[in-house]
Amino acid sequence: MAIQKHHTPMLDQLEEGPWPSFISGIKRLRDQHPDARINEVTNDLLGQLEHSYETRKGYWKGGTVSVYGYGGGIIPRFSEVGKAFPKSKEFHTIRVQPPAGNHYSTAMLRQLADSWEKHGSGLVTFHGQTGNIMFIGADTPSTQRFFDEINDYGWDLGGAGPCVRTAMSCIGSARCEMSCTNELKAHRLLVNNFTDDVHRPALPYKFKFKVSGCANDCQNAIERSDFAVIGTWRDDMKVDQAEVKAYVAQKGRQYIIDNVVTRCPTHALSLNDDNTLAVNNRDCVRCMHCLNVMPKALHPGDDKGVTILIGGKRTLKIGDLMGTVVVPFKKLETEEDYESMVELAETIIDFWAENGLEHERCGEMIERIGLANFLEGIGIEPDPNMLSHPRQSSYIRMDGWDEAAEEWFERQAVAGE
Amino acid sequence: MADMREPIESGCPDPWQYMHPVMRKNFGQWKYHEHPRPGVLRHVAFSGDEIWTVKAGTQRILDVFSLRKLCDIGDQYADGHVHFTIRSSIEFLVTDQAKVEPLIQALEEAGFIVGGTQNSVTMISHTQGWLHCDIPGTDASGVVKAMMDELIDEFRNTNMPNRVHITTSCCQINCGGQGDIAINVQHTKPPKINHDLVANVCERPSVVARCPVAAIRPALVNGKPSLEVDERKCICCGACYPPCPPMQINDAEHTKLAIWVGGNHSNARGKPTFQKLVAAGIPNNPPRWPEATGIVKRILKAYKEGARDWERINEWIERIGWPRFFEEVELPFTKYHIDTWRGARNSFNASTYIRF
Repeated sequence: MAIQKHHTPMLDQLEEGPWPSFISGIKRLRDQHPDARINEVTNDLLGQLEHSYETRKGYWKGGTVSVYGYGGGIIPRFSEVGKAFPKSKEFHTIRVQPPAGNHYSTAMLRQLADSWEKHGSGLVTFHGQTGNIMFIGADTPSTQRFFDEINDYGWDLGGAGPCVRTAMSCIGSARCEMSCTNELKAHRLLVNNFTDDVHRPALPYKFKFKVSGCANDCQNAIERSDFAVIGTWRDDMKVDQAEVKAYVAQKGRQYIIDNVVTRCPTHALSLNDDNTLAVNNRDCVRCMHCLNVMPKALHPGDDKGVTILIGGKRTLKIGDLMGTVVVPFKKLETEEDYESMVELAETIIDFWAENGLEHERCGEMIERIGLANFLEGIGIEPDPNMLSHPRQSSYIRMDGWDEAAEEWFERQAVAGE
Repeated sequence: MADMREPIESGCPDPWQYMHPVMRKNFGQWKYHEHPRPGVLRHVAFSGDEIWTVKAGTQRILDVFSLRKLCDIGDQYADGHVHFTIRSSIEFLVTDQAKVEPLIQALEEAGFIVGGTQNSVTMISHTQGWLHCDIPGTDASGVVKAMMDELIDEFRNTNMPNRVHITTSCCQINCGGQGDIAINVQHTKPPKINHDLVANVCERPSVVARCPVAAIRPALVNGKPSLEVDERKCICCGACYPPCPPMQINDAEHTKLAIWVGGNHSNARGKPTFQKLVAAGIPNNPPRWPEATGIVKRILKAYKEGARDWERINEWIERIGWPRFFEEVELPFTKYHIDTWRGARNSFNASTYIRF
């Protein structure tokens, strides 16, 4: 039976131009898909979207939908204009956790596509901003059927609501010479320790883990996650002086001076007269710039580990926050190393669950109670690496100074043993 | 409920099973990479193995036909393994250099765009918009499609001083994230409240608590419990709208777009930075949003001409100064550019550093 296609003059204009058009894709589902259900759903979806374009308003409302045994993972969408567009009036998104690092085989993508067109609209995004595969558009009974089918072959829902969210990690060790840690292992150990907190929202607000293998932070972890794990190293960076000379020969001394040496944020570099590179590793902050410019010549050192920053988030409610260094350096080699990182995450989430206000991110809580109180709460000693600079304000009561100073020297003595 | 299936709480899947065998073999053992041409990377391992990556932009909202087309290309011209980047570009991985050119051709013939590597304007990071979000002030995929049509040459080539990350967001929550250039919704009028619905739909104390400037208070309106907004205090952020849909913030006329620049997630050369406001009052103008794209192109042109190699947009502006930035991109500087939020004082110039 031929469907009555909605007239979409505004959306049609998004089929023009060279970039791939999502409107053309939705129309293919409407016009060419063998399943009449998908033809009808996508037709009404286009109808509602055109209506949004005409009126400059959105018409989806949330609600409560989940799968049996879980409290989250589905983004429910009910149409406010469902009478006009009945076939897409329930159009929920199923958030599915991707494999760490977003690797897929085409065989697995085909299997997911087969399941999805059986139950859903046929529209999917790799990936949403939190990092989930977004299967966009299923009615309420179909969300359960689709989940049951893909859950049987290894896929699980991500988080939605006040819970531990789907994590993200960069491609890292799988393909990048800058990688300083096993990103996928850190990613999976962290988030899979909290599956209960992913599936059953019961925290003050969302909590995100992101792992980047180096300070280039391709996963935007410092700004976009509550618990950012960033690969780094603490011995000397590796310098292949023959390759440095090759760069100088190719680009010229001035280029290397202007683009490598003077761009170093801590002035830790110098180009010697013989066209080798001098590095002051004590001053280097592992920012990655010189390694980015000369990837053949410069590499991270061997004593690798991670820096952990806590509390990054965007605007709501108190304003943007970058994560703050809470662990300046941590080895991630032995199983015990990984376990202690997961334990730290547990401690932080427990403390925040106990002390955070409703709808307050971990970083906002730290802002409210103060970093020193947060550190005390999670049992981590203060370290100058946690600050850009010490306090400026004299408005502080310091009658515990002597004890605190004594503790510092004791810790230094233990660390020096 | 007795016959309901219990979920298997398997969480995040192990990627090892999907990873290209050469990536598995050389995991953690990569030596260096090169950039032979835009859209292509060549990584070389200590073992001598190499892997070629071909990167392509898509429409992001994929229909199953497009997804299967990408799989067909992956099977026929690559080795059946793909990787998605954080900005939703797809990467095909091959070990045989001879496969690279045919793979590029197959992608382009199928309508996908090869590029987005190194110093390009890579794929715009964006949100759901009118297609699926419950609170959007604008669309996302449509804005991005219209903008990428105009920026496609900058995606295909690597002529920028450094990489450019653009983001769009359909409300001030800014799910698109920080960007070198961010195009975000900015509401300009307080919410319009449907007092008949508030009592039934909204948990009033949590809506009151959600307001960043304490402008909302409980009130009795027409004998019904509702909420009222002190419109002199209201900053039109829309934070009350998600927990309380009767506080409609979106408006066909007064919901505008604003453009922010200088967000940078990397630690390279400087600490990560947040984006700063440069333009506002831009019409939310579907289906192709030409006014916003026009400003983005002006910023990109000035950056491309003025920045030095490796300078991201924030670093370029830091060097030339904000007065010259506003001059070069022909944007007005207003009192609204002066921050009023906590920490605002840190953004004031407490020195004699003035460029002439």
